[in-house]
Amino acid sequence: MLELLWLIPAFPLAGFVALTLVGSRLSRPEVAYVGAGSVGLSAVVTLLVGLSFMAAPPAGGSFVQTLWVWVDVAGFRPAFAFHLDALSLTMIFVVTFVGFLIHLYSVEYMMEEEEGYSRFFAYMNLFVCAMLTLLLADNLMLLLLGWEGVGLCSYLLIGFFYKDEANSQAASKAFIVTRVGDTAMLMALFLLFAELGTLDIQALLERAGQQFQPGSGMATAVALLLLGGAVGKSAQLPLQTWLPDAMAGPTPVSALIHAATMVTAGVYLIARTHVLFTLAPAVLTLVAVIGTLTLLMAGFAALVQSDIKRVLAYSTISQIGYMFLALGVGAWSAALFHFMIHAFFKALLFLGAGAVIMSLHHEQDMYRMGGLRRQMPFTFWCFLIGSGALAAVPVVTAGFYSKDLIIWNAYNSEIGGVWLWAGALAGALLTSVYTFRMVFLTFYREATEWVRHLMPIHEPGPCVRIPLGVLAVLSVAAGVIELPHTMGSLTLFSGFLNTALPEYHGVHASYGTELLFELLAAAASLGGIWLVWTLVMASPGSMERIAAQPWARGLERLWFSGWGFDALYDALFVKPWLWCAKVNKDDFIDFFYRAVAFITETLHFVASMTQTGAVRWYATGIAVGAVVTVGLVIIL
Amino acid sequence: MSLAWILLLPFAGGLAAWIAGRWSDLWARWIALGTALLHLLLLLVTWGVFFTRVAPAPGGWLMASKQPWIPQLGISFHLAVDGISLLMLLLASFLTVLAVLTSWTSITRSVGFYHFNLLLILTALSGVFIAFDLFLFFAFWEISLLPLYFLIGIWGYENRVYATTKFFIITQGSGLLMLVAILGLVVVHWQSTGVLTFDYLDLVGTVMSDTKAFWLMLGFFIAFAVKLPVVPFHTWLPDAHTQAPTAGSVALAGLVLKIGAYGMLRFVVPMFPQAVADFTLTAMILAVVGILYGALLALGQTDLKRMVAYTSISHMGFVLLGIFAGNELALQGAVIIMLSHGFSAAALFIMVGDLQHRTHTRELGRFGGLWAVMPRMGGVGLFFAMASLGLPGLASFVGEFLVLLGAFQVNMPLTVLASVGLVAATVYSLWMMQKVYYGANTGDWQVDDTSGREMTVMASLIGATLWLGLYPQPVLTTSGHALAEMKKFAAEARATAARPEGTGSAASGAVAATSPVGGERP
Repeated sequence: MLELLWLIPAFPLAGFVALTLVGSRLSRPEVAYVGAGSVGLSAVVTLLVGLSFMAAPPAGGSFVQTLWVWVDVAGFRPAFAFHLDALSLTMIFVVTFVGFLIHLYSVEYMMEEEEGYSRFFAYMNLFVCAMLTLLLADNLMLLLLGWEGVGLCSYLLIGFFYKDEANSQAASKAFIVTRVGDTAMLMALFLLFAELGTLDIQALLERAGQQFQPGSGMATAVALLLLGGAVGKSAQLPLQTWLPDAMAGPTPVSALIHAATMVTAGVYLIARTHVLFTLAPAVLTLVAVIGTLTLLMAGFAALVQSDIKRVLAYSTISQIGYMFLALGVGAWSAALFHFMIHAFFKALLFLGAGAVIMSLHHEQDMYRMGGLRRQMPFTFWCFLIGSGALAAVPVVTAGFYSKDLIIWNAYNSEIGGVWLWAGALAGALLTSVYTFRMVFLTFYREATEWVRHLMPIHEPGPCVRIPLGVLAVLSVAAGVIELPHTMGSLTLFSGFLNTALPEYHGVHASYGTELLFELLAAAASLGGIWLVWTLVMASPGSMERIAAQPWARGLERLWFSGWGFDALYDALFVKPWLWCAKVNKDDFIDFFYRAVAFITETLHFVASMTQTGAVRWYATGIAVGAVVTVGLVIIL
Repeated sequence: MSLAWILLLPFAGGLAAWIAGRWSDLWARWIALGTALLHLLLLLVTWGVFFTRVAPAPGGWLMASKQPWIPQLGISFHLAVDGISLLMLLLASFLTVLAVLTSWTSITRSVGFYHFNLLLILTALSGVFIAFDLFLFFAFWEISLLPLYFLIGIWGYENRVYATTKFFIITQGSGLLMLVAILGLVVVHWQSTGVLTFDYLDLVGTVMSDTKAFWLMLGFFIAFAVKLPVVPFHTWLPDAHTQAPTAGSVALAGLVLKIGAYGMLRFVVPMFPQAVADFTLTAMILAVVGILYGALLALGQTDLKRMVAYTSISHMGFVLLGIFAGNELALQGAVIIMLSHGFSAAALFIMVGDLQHRTHTRELGRFGGLWAVMPRMGGVGLFFAMASLGLPGLASFVGEFLVLLGAFQVNMPLTVLASVGLVAATVYSLWMMQKVYYGANTGDWQVDDTSGREMTVMASLIGATLWLGLYPQPVLTTSGHALAEMKKFAAEARATAARPEGTGSAASGAVAATSPVGGERP
């Protein structure tokens, strides 16, 4: 069964090729079958491969399939080869399954668009294919192919509604910002090859373990550069600015970018090259710090957004921050666990938000929504479950188990400490506040005028509801595969991943402490919900009163703009580069050549002016010339 | 078999097309197309032969033929094909086919003479790529100017006379420098060995003082740098490109720039190894300046064609970087970029030509929203925008990755700067897409999407780009042998230079002996 591995990325690729070549001639149902079917087949193959992998794990815990050698020059020999181990298997499982559900959802969601139905599915298929290539890549050059392919597809899909120039600008921004990170990653590749002589991930990690001293400059440089790539794709500080604008694309695209693909690539990269990061403890600490700062920063920004998709976008940045924190403190499997649970509930939230937006005729402003609980009960319950998981409501949601694990590890690990823990806990409070602010604004309250105007509002059809239902179940139930010590200590997930990633050892690990910290995390989650209930529901208008304070208004503006990073980068990079391009449009070097031509021409005119044809002038010339020459001879 | 067919076939075809054009335009087109296709086909066969016999021929010369021409001066009609020549010939031939196809409806004036010029370019460039006698090389080099001069001057756009004159004067001036350098080299060789020869294989091991080597190297370098072009010798390029008819732009970007790179690879690097080693840092700095400066200029343009022209400068910077980084990775990368840029620049120029044919403008400000009316062309534009920003899986990525990977081991800071060029390339490529295809259709354009003929041209370029991006190994194998051979020349020349003056004659003889010309096929 493992030999079928290559089919997993091949199906979506085939879907992309088919839709690109003949998509315009297919009817919409045909397009839907090809588009969603290809990812569905890929998911089925993943299941088969995964089952046979788990039933009979290959020797060494990994299976490698080489398709062909890409380049073979001077000992540099990357191949199109796929590497399957517990880590990549977990990732491709999430990508194909969540990806398939999103595709299924899109079949109905995109139906109302006038054009671009097949173009949409072609891009989506390519997206999934690129992400799978990234995850399965056996060497860093192939990983880069998937990595950049993901960037391309995000560009294409964010700018899907190309007729509005703002959308294509948002798309370009996403591509360019992530490419800045990619360039850092490229440097890491060059450095690794120069030092270790290979880009095959497994060989490279092995050699790095032998050649790099822990904490050495080379290990630190490599890890730092890789981190540069990771923060770009995963929208972490300081390259997070592209993600909120990425909302310009159709909503299923956001679900795909945020849940299954793209933003988790950075998390994967760090986990995949964990040896390099372990060799550079300083960088690992930096990962944790970046994660914590990002989760806080994005949490604050999410508090004040009015666009429902922007709230979700900032929440993604914040949740990926948690994953970075987990990676930074060495809790590898906790990061991956949160990645998986996050994929379920974030896809659920985006798809739920999409259902709302669709029903409200593309209204995304939460202040214009309200009272939808009664109009769309199914969507409401699904969205509520997703929100509960995001806010980590204790015991009943999967998000609690995954996030709590990270918060506890932030304290309990060697690298961690009180500060990281406090940041993570504060983040948990913020998360539950902004999440339930969104829930209350959208689904509770009185129906706004706009909503009343649109009534009766219909629930979406089956293609939308099935993915919502499945994801809602997963957002509740998936948590039980990894339970903390205090609740039965089940380690199915981490046990599986530990065949590919180093095991995590806590330092404090006292039973009582762990319980106390769990209660604190639970209190943060529930306290946040209580707080926002009192502000939004119990005494309506109190939020507005706070916001009217002068200090609050400044803060709100700062948070609303995502802490002003856009303006900063605009002033530092964008404007100067554009200014240079504009000023030097005519290329100052060409002035030199034009000057040569001009002088030559001028001399030509001056010289030809002497050719008057008048004999008197010539005679004078000869006479003066003779006098001057004779004079010179005498004087010199 | 003699190699002369590589030259005679296109020349004869060109003459035939010219003559046929007196009666029928269509005949001229078909003759030109047939000739170019036949040329391409024969070269492909040759390539196939290369693969079957590459292993037992360690000398590397795939084929060679040598006839005396002016024996008194040591000038001979020495033609040879090795891996790099073959790849360049294939590129030239392939692009000529496309150039004929793309002119099918857009050229209506003096059709016969036009196609004669196209095929004369192919002839001259083929000559450049296979001449192994410096006098012969120079002759072909100069001949290649003439048809381009006519192409731009007769069938060009509004400001064509200015552009073609500038092009001619600047490149002619640089050609003179090369002539001086060639003569200097021959004289130096004559003085040290007493043998008067223009033959590449004899001259390649010439022993000379460092100062002489440096000045001669500089002469060659500047001549090639003008063609490549290297900043600050680049200013002829945007004007020539913008004013040239589409096929002229294809020939310029796809081929003429490549003879600059080819010259560097073939002559500068193996002939003056020591001088090149000393000059490496300067050249690499020029390369990086070119990469970034070209990208900056591209972003500032308002004329689409001019913009594409400036991107060429940026890409050629990578080639220069690779050549002077000098290790196998970087050299192989440079060869790949020469091909990949040939494809992507040709495609973009053809695209601009097709757009101009429909809208009669090249102003970026007047385009916008064209995806809605011509999605196929938009897809093509997108593909080549991605190719030009170096998306993995497409040809230029392989080239740029190898160049940077190799250059990184030579000079880390410059490589880092060069990589910033990849971000800059992203900026201008996406800018182009946004200005032309995305946004609202403000110009209210109602134009037809690509025709079958146009799509054939584009599909072949897309196929070539994908193939080179996903499976470049056949190309790498082909060029690998030739590069190894050149490396050997350079090493031997350096070893000879280390010995005292006077033993040079024996040494250069040894070089010729170790690289047998006897690779000719029976």
